[in-house]
Amino acid sequence: MTVIRQEATSGSTGDWHLERKRAWSNWMTGMMFLLPSLILFGVFLFYPMVRTVYLSLFLTDSQGVPVVFVGWENFVNLFQSTSFQLSAKATALFVLYTVPAGIVLATALAILANQKLRGIGLFRTMFSATMGMSVAASSVIWMFLFNPSIGLFNRILAALNIPGVQWLLDPQYALLSVSVATIWMNTGFAFLILLGGLQNIDQSLYESARIAGVSESYKLRKITLPMLSPTLFFVTTVSLINAFQTFGQIDLLTRGGPMESTNVIVYSIYKDAFINYNVGSASAQAVLLFVAVLIVTVLQFKIGERKVHYQ
Amino acid sequence: MSIGKKVLLYMALTVSGLVMVFPILYAFLISFMQGGEVLQGSLWPESFSLANYFSAFERVPLLTYLWNSLVVSVLIMVGQLVLCSLAAFAFVFIEFKGREWIFYLFISTMMIPWEATMVPNFQTVQSLGWLNSYAGLTIPFFAMAFGTFLLRQQFKTIPKELYEASQIAGISKLRFFTGVVLPVAKTTITTLAIYSFLTAWNMYLWPLLVTNNEANRTVQIGLKQMQTQEIASDWGVVMAGVVMVILPTLILLFAGQKRLQEGLTQGALK
Amino acid sequence: MRKVELKGLTKSYDGKQDVLKAIDVTIEPGEFFVLVGPSGCGKSTMLRMIAGLESITAGELALDGKRANALSPSDRDLSMVFQNYALYPHLTVEQNITFGLHVKKISKKEQKARCEEVCAMLGLTDYMKRKPKELSGGQRQRVALARAVVTQAPLCLMDEPLSNLDAKLRAKMRSEIRQLQRKLGITMIYVTHDQTEAMTMADRMMILSGGDVQQIGRPLDVYNNPANTFVASFIGSPPMNLIEAEISDSVLVADGHWMTPITADMKAKLQTDKVTLGVRPEHISLAKDSEPGFLVQVANVEVLGTETLVTFDFGEDTQWIAKWNGQSDIQPGAQIRIAVDDHHLALYSTETGERIYCQASEQAAEKKVSS
Ligand SMILES: Nc1ncnc2c1ncn2[C@@H]1O[C@H](COP(=O)(O)OP(=O)(O)OP(=O)(O)O)[C@@H](O)[C@H]1O
Ligand SMILES: [Mg+2]
Repeated sequence: MTVIRQEATSGSTGDWHLERKRAWSNWMTGMMFLLPSLILFGVFLFYPMVRTVYLSLFLTDSQGVPVVFVGWENFVNLFQSTSFQLSAKATALFVLYTVPAGIVLATALAILANQKLRGIGLFRTMFSATMGMSVAASSVIWMFLFNPSIGLFNRILAALNIPGVQWLLDPQYALLSVSVATIWMNTGFAFLILLGGLQNIDQSLYESARIAGVSESYKLRKITLPMLSPTLFFVTTVSLINAFQTFGQIDLLTRGGPMESTNVIVYSIYKDAFINYNVGSASAQAVLLFVAVLIVTVLQFKIGERKVHYQ
Repeated sequence: MSIGKKVLLYMALTVSGLVMVFPILYAFLISFMQGGEVLQGSLWPESFSLANYFSAFERVPLLTYLWNSLVVSVLIMVGQLVLCSLAAFAFVFIEFKGREWIFYLFISTMMIPWEATMVPNFQTVQSLGWLNSYAGLTIPFFAMAFGTFLLRQQFKTIPKELYEASQIAGISKLRFFTGVVLPVAKTTITTLAIYSFLTAWNMYLWPLLVTNNEANRTVQIGLKQMQTQEIASDWGVVMAGVVMVILPTLILLFAGQKRLQEGLTQGALK
Repeated sequence: MRKVELKGLTKSYDGKQDVLKAIDVTIEPGEFFVLVGPSGCGKSTMLRMIAGLESITAGELALDGKRANALSPSDRDLSMVFQNYALYPHLTVEQNITFGLHVKKISKKEQKARCEEVCAMLGLTDYMKRKPKELSGGQRQRVALARAVVTQAPLCLMDEPLSNLDAKLRAKMRSEIRQLQRKLGITMIYVTHDQTEAMTMADRMMILSGGDVQQIGRPLDVYNNPANTFVASFIGSPPMNLIEAEISDSVLVADGHWMTPITADMKAKLQTDKVTLGVRPEHISLAKDSEPGFLVQVANVEVLGTETLVTFDFGEDTQWIAKWNGQSDIQPGAQIRIAVDDHHLALYSTETGERIYCQASEQAAEKKVSS
């Protein structure tokens, strides 16, 4: 189109050169600004991802050097091993225990803290405090709380004349205990974002609802939650992905035990790669983790597009 | 609001607030307790003695760990700020062929869980000779898609006329970036700085992989070391270590909480 | 001073639809040239193409006779004032004004001297250390002007610079900008959607609509002699009254029974027997008893102090406005007799809207010949 219309004057070739030069210089400048990030993504994210897929198709020596190409064998072995089945189950249960409960808790706290009350800042600070807590520090504290003899939980049980529980050593309770600790750890972040989402809701919506004289629960269902849905959507995605990537609290609280009941996927990868030196198997699991996260994100976006009410 | 409702609200707030901070508060209190008090399960220390803290510093090189964590966190923070703001600037203000494509590349990085790449990353860092070094602890984290998007969002609110005015004046892109965009966006940049520092300080898995001597360990790994060495015997000392680890981030969080909340919401939603 | 020539300048954003269609105009050095038209007609686009902020799809732009189509904005040696002023929020007034001067290799001392000079000129001396957010709208506007002036560029482009100001301040700034331009002797291209601004400021103006040039000319020429019904109804406040009329013998008949005589040379130019008749509001008066008049019903009356606007029903679905000097006490609903000054009629083609005949211009031409 442009070409057809371009006048055949002597000037237009000059223009063309100038424009080419400018486009080129823009490209160079843009690349200069982006290159540092691109290089690092390339070296520490894209390359290792490809490498992981590659390694997952090999048997490796203890240094992680691929030795024999085995195709799908690592994956086949994984699906047949009870250990991996346990790990997959632990991961799924962990996600199930932590994500919904965590979001409900954080939403409730955010709604509670979104009141215009004197001293509300103090409560907001208290609710968001865990955001400043590292996994390691939190885990050490919860380790103490779960301690069978001097920990708080068993003391409470003792006071109620209920026999104590081996919170972290009993396969029946260990994953649940770690999940409770995890929910607590993640609340601060989710709370902060949800509170921000609540405060972004246009106040005039509530004012018109007040004029209409509707009940609090009606406001919650018809204004707050729908308007908060984009934020909830975001928090859900992040929580899901975080749950899949959990490592620190497992390493500190249970080391994947007892009886592999808390051996979630990332811990399992870590153990296979850095303790059992079975890099091929670890890589195969990493590929599966990647696929799981990918499915979650894609699903979230597909559902999100349809359901979420954006302003 | 009626008085009754107010009282109810305050009660709900207080109860949930106490439940949320109890573990932290408890850790503070235990850090002042003698061994016997801990075993008896008391909630309040008899005296606020700093003995556990001194002991913590004696038993593990806590100062070295804290220093390492500080250096690592500051390096990561600065690295991320520089790289994210550069990239965000290019996405907003420089038009060139392939920009869209690179933007999608950035988005796609969010779908790769970092944990899935840790084995080759370890091998890379090892072959670069970066094990037990600040370089190995920090450089892999400099590029960050979330931070880039957050800043891109902010940069997009800068009126494009500012850019055009500077183009007419003949100001270079770099000068416009440092002289106008960065100062104008400084609140968001501060938010990102707080977030970066918090996340870097609290990093666990990677330092665990790439450090294996006391000279380079970060304080989070120091905690693991304390907990495994002193378990069940000296909780007071362990908790003193915990307090030393969480104090800097808690202070930072309390100072920047409002800003962080606004910034994160912005990055999350637009 | 700069000469700006547009030759067949065309712009399309999407490659399908032209937002500007082959614009031809030459803006003379030292001229105050105003671009006026309704929202979305392409004024900003044209200005931004001259500035180099928007690429040129086809045609040529020449500055001082040299092709400038692909020149980067900074190589065109011009200054620009934006509607939202585009002041750097983190810099003081002084820093805003001097920001970027270093690129032109101007020494720090010279920068300071120039800055002080323009601040004195624009009454900003007391505000030099303030940030933009500590200034009023008018003061911000002046800073934006100062920033354009300080570069001493021979061509200045302004895109609706006054539209964020209140009416009173706008009138004041209008005359200030005009005086400034005269004093500096620069070429000015000024975009506005406000026809009053165009009329009061321009040496020459261009009326744009839908990407097409409607008319270019001196404000009074445009006012007295609108090229088509669009210009007629866009320029003037209130605009020219228009109605369809039929020609029978030597009279024009509108609304079935209102008629006005037409002259022979008028008739000579008519090819059809249907035209659109245009009458400026100030050429409608209350008929004196002796005059032939026409009875109409008053729909609304606006008394503005020195003049009165009377809206009356004319024809089936047309309302006309008459403008009279002084304060009138006519009530809505009243029946009045009006007379139309038949020396100021304009006739337009009903199909194309193009001017067929305009008495004012014919008279002006006659006057020129006779004197
Ligand atoms: N960047 C762009 N991409 C696509 N179309 C555009 C772009 N900028 C403007 N347009 C279209 O071009 C036409 C002219 O726009 P322009 O901004 O020049 O109008 P304007 O006369 O300045 O109007 P206003 O008085 O409202 O500022 C409009 O129809 C507009 O929708
Ligand atoms: Mg415009």
